[in-house]
Amino acid sequence: MVEISTKEEADYCLIEVNGEVDASSSIELDDAIKAALEKKLNLLIDLQKLDYISSAGLGVFISYLEEFKENERKMILFGLQPKVREVFEILGLQHIIKMVDTKSEGIDAV
Amino acid sequence: MQYKLSIPCSKSNLEKVRNFVSEALNDTQLEEVECHKIILAVDEVCANMMIHSNGCNPSKKLDISIEHVPFKQLEFIIRDTGKYFDIKGYHEPSMQEIVSSKRKGGLGLILVKRIMDGIEFSTEKNYNICKLTKKLNFEV
Repeated sequence: MVEISTKEEADYCLIEVNGEVDASSSIELDDAIKAALEKKLNLLIDLQKLDYISSAGLGVFISYLEEFKENERKMILFGLQPKVREVFEILGLQHIIKMVDTKSEGIDAV
Repeated sequence: MQYKLSIPCSKSNLEKVRNFVSEALNDTQLEEVECHKIILAVDEVCANMMIHSNGCNPSKKLDISIEHVPFKQLEFIIRDTGKYFDIKGYHEPSMQEIVSSKRKGGLGLILVKRIMDGIEFSTEKNYNICKLTKKLNFEV
C-alpha cells in the first residue's frame, strides 16, 4: 500500500512517496509523475518513507526519463533507504536516474 | 524447514506473499538488505505469474513453498495452472531499449536473475513450476 502526496513549489514539484510500491500500487506513482510532468516543472521525489519498490515501480521512473529529457526538465530522487537504493543499483539505475541523499541537495540540483 | 502459502491470483495479494517470505527468512540470519532482495525476487515471479500466466484471475491460485536448509540454501517453488512461460524464448532487453521505448515492464525477470542463484521453469502434470534457489554463504 502506498500514499503519495504532491506539493507545488515555486520552481519544482515535490512528490512524497510513503509505503510500498509494487505491481498493484505502481499506477498511483505513475499518475503522480504524469501529473507533475504536465505542469512542466522540475520534479523532486522524496523517497525517505518508501519501504519497498518492485520492478513495476522502477519501471514507472524509467518510463518517464525520455519525456523529462525531451521537456528539458529534471527528475531527482532523494532520501532512499539503503535497502531500496540497493534495488535501484542492482539494475545500475544510479547511472541514469539522478539520486541524492537530502532534499536540499535535490533543490540545489534542479 | 518448510513453509507453504496458497493465494488467489490477485495483485493485492502480493503484500501477503512478501510477508510470508519475510517470516520464513527470519530464521536465516541474513541481513536486512539481503532479505529485502530475496523478498523482491519472489514478489517479481509471483507478480509475473499472476499477471501474465493467470490474467489476474482471483479464481486461479498460486502455491508457494519455501524450503530452508540451514546454512546451505533456500528453495522457493511457485506453482500455478496458468499459461506456461518459456524462459528459453525470453530475450533480456537492454536498459537502453527499455529507456528509449518508454516501457514500464521488462525489469522483473532481470532483477530475479541477478538476485537468485538459480531460476528454472518446468511443467508437471497440469502445473507450471518456477523454482528459485539462493545459496546461503556463511563463513564457518
